[in-house]
Amino acid sequence: MTSFAKDNWWKILCILILIYVIIGGLLFEVPEMPVLRETIRNIYFHVGMWFAMIFILFLAVVNSIMFLRTGKAKYDIKALAMVHTGLLFGFMGLFTGMIWAQYTWGSFWVNDPKLNGAAIGIITYLAYIVLRGSIEDFDKRARLAAVYNIFAFVMFFLFIMVIPRMAVASIHPGLDGNPALATGDLDPSMRKIFYPAAIGWMMLSYWIAQILFRIKRIEYRCDKLEIG
Amino acid sequence: MAKPYLSLIYKDFLLELKNKSTIGSILLYLISTVFISYLAFEGIISDKAWNALFWIIVLFTAFNAVLKGFVQEGENRNLYYYKIVKPTVFINSKIIYNTILLLILIYLAFTVFVFFMGNAVENLASFLIVLAAGVIGLASILTLTAAIASKVRNNFTLVTVLSFPVVLPQLIIILNSSEKAITGAGLDSLLPYLLISLLISFIAIVLTNVLFPYIWKE
Repeated sequence: MTSFAKDNWWKILCILILIYVIIGGLLFEVPEMPVLRETIRNIYFHVGMWFAMIFILFLAVVNSIMFLRTGKAKYDIKALAMVHTGLLFGFMGLFTGMIWAQYTWGSFWVNDPKLNGAAIGIITYLAYIVLRGSIEDFDKRARLAAVYNIFAFVMFFLFIMVIPRMAVASIHPGLDGNPALATGDLDPSMRKIFYPAAIGWMMLSYWIAQILFRIKRIEYRCDKLEIG
Repeated sequence: MAKPYLSLIYKDFLLELKNKSTIGSILLYLISTVFISYLAFEGIISDKAWNALFWIIVLFTAFNAVLKGFVQEGENRNLYYYKIVKPTVFINSKIIYNTILLLILIYLAFTVFVFFMGNAVENLASFLIVLAAGVIGLASILTLTAAIASKVRNNFTLVTVLSFPVVLPQLIIILNSSEKAITGAGLDSLLPYLLISLLISFIAIVLTNVLFPYIWKE
């Protein structure tokens, strides 16, 4: 019992935080904004998805670096699981954003630097998956994928940091750089849900990645057995 | 110090000239795509479309050209380089070689493009400098992705898929500034864009130097 609590306390915490976020996010009072109205509640979900995506993709890069330093297959599988999770959260961020855009801007997609940045991020990681799919050899696949992952993450980060700043106008909030990192203009009453939301979604993404990692590790071992 | 670089770059040019079919196929690719756009549009459409078309053609030519430089080496020769030079020396000389090759190709592409499609560029001097900055950006990023793709079968599709997302930050800056040059912007107003582009190239080259040693060993 004690070891169960020791290993899993953060998962229980994650569930509690997310229950709080979902209930609080839908029911607590929010400031009245002209165009946004009640859709402002989406900020807890939409922005949270991007937080979780960047967080888990950053961890994927850390694992790729660890793989290149040590050469242990474990790190490569972890990076793969994290990229898959990142893609999941990326798509969720895209969908929540599209629904929000439909209600506030009147269209599912607008040509805006931040939206394009999000699309590019997803394409980048789909390319990572394609790269892995086209190599058979375990070791070679892991090495090439790790190198591409690190390179692509840095380029993607440059993209979302540099390009929005260069744009003349952006319809998306947070003009000066990355909207997810600049939350100073958030109403104080919303912060008490927004910050837990960001942390909760990040924890959930780590949890999902952990389960995916275990599945992929079993698959990897099965493949090894068949070959070797 | 500079000698291994020079001899590697010299070797690459020698290979290119010796095996004329590869460089010839790239030139033919370039000319036929420009000719297709000429047949489709018959002259200058609009500044924006001219710019977009030009860069799409250049981009795919560059994918082709950079990848060919790796594929034509072959496994045995890679083993030989592995014995005689450091990986960073090898990849840096590839970057330099690709820059020179793409520089030649892009000015050629511009000439052919102007010949068929007409000249939309108002400020030629700044446009030519934007082209040079764009080439440095493309070469610095495509060299690593082509090195990755060259290790895999079926690599032309892969090099496109891998390069496209990573080259985009660079490409958007270059597209913007070349469009400005086409509509007549001077160098002084383009300078911040070019500096950002060079900065991204620099980061890409540093990363390439750090990462390439890991993939170079088979």
